[in-house]
Amino acid sequence: MTHFSTRAVLAAAAVSLVSVVTASPGTAMADPVKVGFVSTLSGPSAALGVHMRDGFMLALKEMGGKLGGQPTEVIVVDDELKPDVAVTKVKALIERDKVDLIAGVVFSNVMMAISRPVLENETFIVSGNSGPSPLAGKACSPFFFAASYQNDQNHEVMGKYAQDKGYRRVVLMTPNYQAGKDAMAGFKRHFKGEVVEEIFTPLGQLDFSAELAKISAANPDAVFTFMPGGMGVNLVKQYAQAGLSGKIPFLSAFTVDETTLPATQDAALGLMSGAQWAPSIDTPQNKAFVAAFEKEYGVVPSLYAAQGYDAASLIDGALKATGGKTADKAAFGKALAAAPFTSVRGGFTFNTNGFPIQDFYVVKAVKRPDGKYATQVEAKVFEKAQDAYVENCPLK
Amino acid sequence: MTTALIVSQVLNGLQLGVILFLVAAGLTLVFGVMDFINLAHGVQYMLGAYLVAVSVAFTGHFGLGLVLGLLAALALGFVMEILVFRHLTRRDHLEQVLGTFGVILIVTEAVRMIFGSAPIAFPVPATLAGSVTLFPGLNYPVWRLVILGVGIAVAGLLWFLVNRTRIGMLVRAGSTHRETVSALGVDIDRLFLFVFAFGAMLAGLAGAMAGPLVSVEPTMGDRILIIAFVVIVVGGAGSIKGAFVAALLIGMVDTLGRAFVPDLLKSLVGRSAAATAGPALSSMLIYLLMAAILSVRPSGLFGGRTA
Repeated sequence: MTHFSTRAVLAAAAVSLVSVVTASPGTAMADPVKVGFVSTLSGPSAALGVHMRDGFMLALKEMGGKLGGQPTEVIVVDDELKPDVAVTKVKALIERDKVDLIAGVVFSNVMMAISRPVLENETFIVSGNSGPSPLAGKACSPFFFAASYQNDQNHEVMGKYAQDKGYRRVVLMTPNYQAGKDAMAGFKRHFKGEVVEEIFTPLGQLDFSAELAKISAANPDAVFTFMPGGMGVNLVKQYAQAGLSGKIPFLSAFTVDETTLPATQDAALGLMSGAQWAPSIDTPQNKAFVAAFEKEYGVVPSLYAAQGYDAASLIDGALKATGGKTADKAAFGKALAAAPFTSVRGGFTFNTNGFPIQDFYVVKAVKRPDGKYATQVEAKVFEKAQDAYVENCPLK
Repeated sequence: MTTALIVSQVLNGLQLGVILFLVAAGLTLVFGVMDFINLAHGVQYMLGAYLVAVSVAFTGHFGLGLVLGLLAALALGFVMEILVFRHLTRRDHLEQVLGTFGVILIVTEAVRMIFGSAPIAFPVPATLAGSVTLFPGLNYPVWRLVILGVGIAVAGLLWFLVNRTRIGMLVRAGSTHRETVSALGVDIDRLFLFVFAFGAMLAGLAGAMAGPLVSVEPTMGDRILIIAFVVIVVGGAGSIKGAFVAALLIGMVDTLGRAFVPDLLKSLVGRSAAATAGPALSSMLIYLLMAAILSVRPSGLFGGRTA
């Protein structure tokens, strides 16, 4: 240390002074943008939340840690898939951390719980996944925007696909809770054939042998199912082992995707899912996103990751339009509603209820030449589709 | 309702029962011998699945990987006993519950940090991955037949160990007359060490057997633990025979309930009422069964009398 000359110390001080000075014009113009990012990061469904967060963070990283050119602070909280925990943490984000907006949220029970306190406080929500029907219809809000879809739509895709394929007899199987019942209702909206049987299973079911034996005996033209998370992995493995996967077409939503494919691998090959995005969508933005995600995290992105990425791009675009300001809520809301970004899924505009108007596809699980598993677009089912609830939304 | 469907549902019930037996056997040994409540048993089931999955992927050979994985589960059983469980055996149940719950949190989080929260692949050789035709009209998954075979073999082995060997005699004696056994010069702590590690390996085996069927992820043990406790309570704590009978009974009731109760209700109360009540009732059946059995035999089917 004694070798340090006064000169060197002075030089070092000068350098640090200069760096402070050069940094100041950026920070002086506006407060840093604060985003409260709510996701499910623990428990059996954490994989979905991790993908969504990683997608959001990747976009932020690519933009040099800035949204709309502004220094950005993202506070990530784990909702533990418990609505009460989520409400407590979100209130802290708003009151203590004074976040400018809330982003993320995988599950609709969490979204329904936090939406009231957040929206009543006139804080914006940009959903990275959940799109519950009340928020699309009667309870819609000028402060709510979904970078994802309305929950029913991915089920509607499969119903329409089954109808177009000419399937006449279909067995439906979902967990016995609200989202499962909504999935069946969504499927039946466009499917006009016979529903041979509606099977409800307990949430978190491990063994599907009894149900698969029934399906095998009923021998329908196709099976439609919605088994999110670990349940889907259980079902897909057992469906293949029972020798059904080549025999009875497997139509699903939120069951076969890149969060479960690394676990199910060959067992899922050829199984169908309804989605608004797949890694195979051929746009320059999507190709770049998929490559960057795989490079950063070593896994193929899922639709949750794509939605997280889009949520960040959307906020970025809106902030650019307002010059980085969120204080004028009407202006910021208008900026968001214009959807000023290029979605990795291609065409994306917002409807009057803050939900997207977009294309939907049937995707199929495939093994890529490099040995990784991914979904791939099989057919486009809906073009520029809007959700079924927008008419009930009073916003114009 | 065809014969094939009924036969396959009965097989399904037996096979679920056998899986439950594998999980519950180790738990009932530990619970019975040392009167020790081990909530971390589900974690050992999860670890078994992970260890076998990793060893199979590492060695590229299923049989070899299975043996290596189970040996690792056994070794971890020894380590956990020495590090944690040894210090809890003389304490009361509440402290055991708290201590072993802590183990759940730590181990689950450690597995999540190493492997991530997404479910991992569990490789199975192609010959075991498909299904076979048992008789015309009945295809049955090969792996489920493997599980049935392994479960029955383990039950036989345990019966032999407990009833026909010296260590088994000590286990039986320890479960009913702990002080006497220890007064006779048997090191009951050492006995517990071996019983515990063996139980951990059994849980690991159950995890490895379930691995090809279910999602292998950090929290996979949580759900199975609850059903395993139902099994040992119904069977009578500490009784291998009880665990076996109760596991088969519960596997059967659960599977047949899910298979036939919704249809049965449909013919009784009509389609719309059955649609909501059926699934709820069939998922409650095993708990109703437990309540019914405990009201008649408060210490379980084989509890209190035999070991």
